[in-house]
Amino acid sequence: MRIAVAVKQVPDTAEVRIDPERGTLIREGVPSILNPFDEYALEEAFRWRDELGGTVVVITMGPPWAESVLREAVAMGADEALLISDRAFAGADTWATSHTLAAAVTKLGDVDLVITGKQAIDGDTAQTGPSIAASLDWPQITFVGKVRSIEDGHILAERYVEGGIEVVRSSLPAVVTILKDANTPRLPSLRGKMKARKLEIPTWGIDDLGLDPAETGLDGSPTRVVTISTPETSSDGEMHRGTPEELAAVLADLLLGEEES
Amino acid sequence: MASIEVRKDTCVGCGACVPACPYGVISMEDGLAIISDECYLCGACESSCSFGAIIIRQDKSEKVDISEYSGIMVLAEQRDRVVDHSTLELLGEARRLADSCGQEVLAALLTSDCGDWPARLVEHGADRVLVTSAAELTHFRTEPFTQIVSRMIEEMRPAVVLAAATTTGRDLMPRIAKNLNTGLTADCTELVIDGESGNLMQTRPAFGGNIMATIVCADTRPQMATVRPRVMKALEPDPARAGEVVEFPAAHGELDSRTEILEFLPLEEGEVDITESDIIVSGGRGVKDSTNFALLEELAGLLDASVGASRASVDAGWIPYPHQVGQTGKTVNPKTYIACGISGAIQHRVGMQSSDRIIAINKDETAPIFEFCHEGFIGDLFEILPLVIKEIKKRRS
Repeated sequence: MRIAVAVKQVPDTAEVRIDPERGTLIREGVPSILNPFDEYALEEAFRWRDELGGTVVVITMGPPWAESVLREAVAMGADEALLISDRAFAGADTWATSHTLAAAVTKLGDVDLVITGKQAIDGDTAQTGPSIAASLDWPQITFVGKVRSIEDGHILAERYVEGGIEVVRSSLPAVVTILKDANTPRLPSLRGKMKARKLEIPTWGIDDLGLDPAETGLDGSPTRVVTISTPETSSDGEMHRGTPEELAAVLADLLLGEEES
Repeated sequence: MASIEVRKDTCVGCGACVPACPYGVISMEDGLAIISDECYLCGACESSCSFGAIIIRQDKSEKVDISEYSGIMVLAEQRDRVVDHSTLELLGEARRLADSCGQEVLAALLTSDCGDWPARLVEHGADRVLVTSAAELTHFRTEPFTQIVSRMIEEMRPAVVLAAATTTGRDLMPRIAKNLNTGLTADCTELVIDGESGNLMQTRPAFGGNIMATIVCADTRPQMATVRPRVMKALEPDPARAGEVVEFPAAHGELDSRTEILEFLPLEEGEVDITESDIIVSGGRGVKDSTNFALLEELAGLLDASVGASRASVDAGWIPYPHQVGQTGKTVNPKTYIACGISGAIQHRVGMQSSDRIIAINKDETAPIFEFCHEGFIGDLFEILPLVIKEIKKRRS
């Protein structure tokens, strides 16, 4: 069993600040972290590797310094790591990103399962996982809250959807996107940390993947961000002060307003 | 290959782009922004520049003739042959977009038995409804839906394709967009067609809700978007509206799937999907322990509401994860969100800020929640909530 986990280095969006005068995003000094959802994807891969044997290879596409999230994943338990990095990959949207990652999975060759986190916290699109599946022409199970079993060339998983749980079986190879409900990620181990420090991480560029610049990075991206603005906030809210009795009466008015009218 | 350039005649040296760069590759030299070769073309500086001095150029070799595409297509979502309300919202929005540029609205309905839904989709704004009926289409399954909808798009050539940003839409749309080599924007909250270019301006929250990004797909068609449920408004059904229903039978092999749904386990009585609630009573750190959540549950019971929670109370083990609202939990937009003892940190805010009405109860007058709530109550929730519960019971009796 060889499981590839696609992860992303993201800015810690909780630390992002807005320049109040210009209304722009200040990202200077914002720490870069492993996308929190990806920890659950990694844990799920480790669990099944530990049960079935095999290896977990962690992959990321990004600038050279994105290597740090790969080392973090190795410290947690990944066996191998792979950095997909090239100037030609810069500015990629989800189409070009998934196209490139799928090419890397194809080049790896013997991958049975690709796992990703549900979404990344910077873009919040949840599109890269299914797009990787489309690029590979593999089946997919998205929004997985629990993987029940992997056996006989199939995966059985629970999709958490609106109004309930869908129990879905798919043939392998397949792509699965994982929710936080699925597990509790392990912490980096001492042995893992030592391995992470020493591990030599290969970098694959556009020539290694045999891709055309027209299908990668900004050139291969059908979408482009044209403007960025800060969301409107309703700072003109009404404030209520008073005794608990007075406040409760006002609140009951608000809550029952529609019923009574 | 794509490139980035600072126009020397336009750059005024204000330095706004320097802190906007997430990679720290911009510096100021002699009153001019200098971007190093390590630039990752993320575009953050381009949009931070008030003077249009930073230009990113794409190198597009192949051109698609976008003039061949017209119309707004809505993918109807159904479960057990009942069309979801989000589809009616999308039809309302599609109608508005189509009328703004003189195009038609198409609806695509894949189901095992369409009943009277085609006519109802027309009443809600569709000009043409494409219907594919097959026993295999009772439930949404990625591959058959991808194949059939992809062929519909290839034959009908709509300029825009919309689906709800539900687990179905977010599963299906990336697959279609990748296959058709076109762009997809996730979870849009605002859509406008630019009169000049005909491009769909797709606006969505990003960076944990810190910013709104407007995205275009200028060179390929269709322009695909998933749209956040409960944001767009459905039209009042108009029985006088005329429309056409077109059968679109599945072709050989299109119903094949490598995945199968073995069973569907509906949420049990008492278990609520908080994203579906009109009212949410939510508790944070200020609720102090799990037994106190009973107070919130009692109020929720009276209001036919569900109970939400901040990450702090879920991490403390007071309430399970499915109730968590926020960046790493669920995104909700109910009619009324009642935040009890929640400070309103950005991680929570991004999951609930689009609620129609936010009511906050907090002892701490300086809590960030009071900066963006609509109705703020400064006081102790343990004093106020029991009185509110009593008052509601009294008024109803």
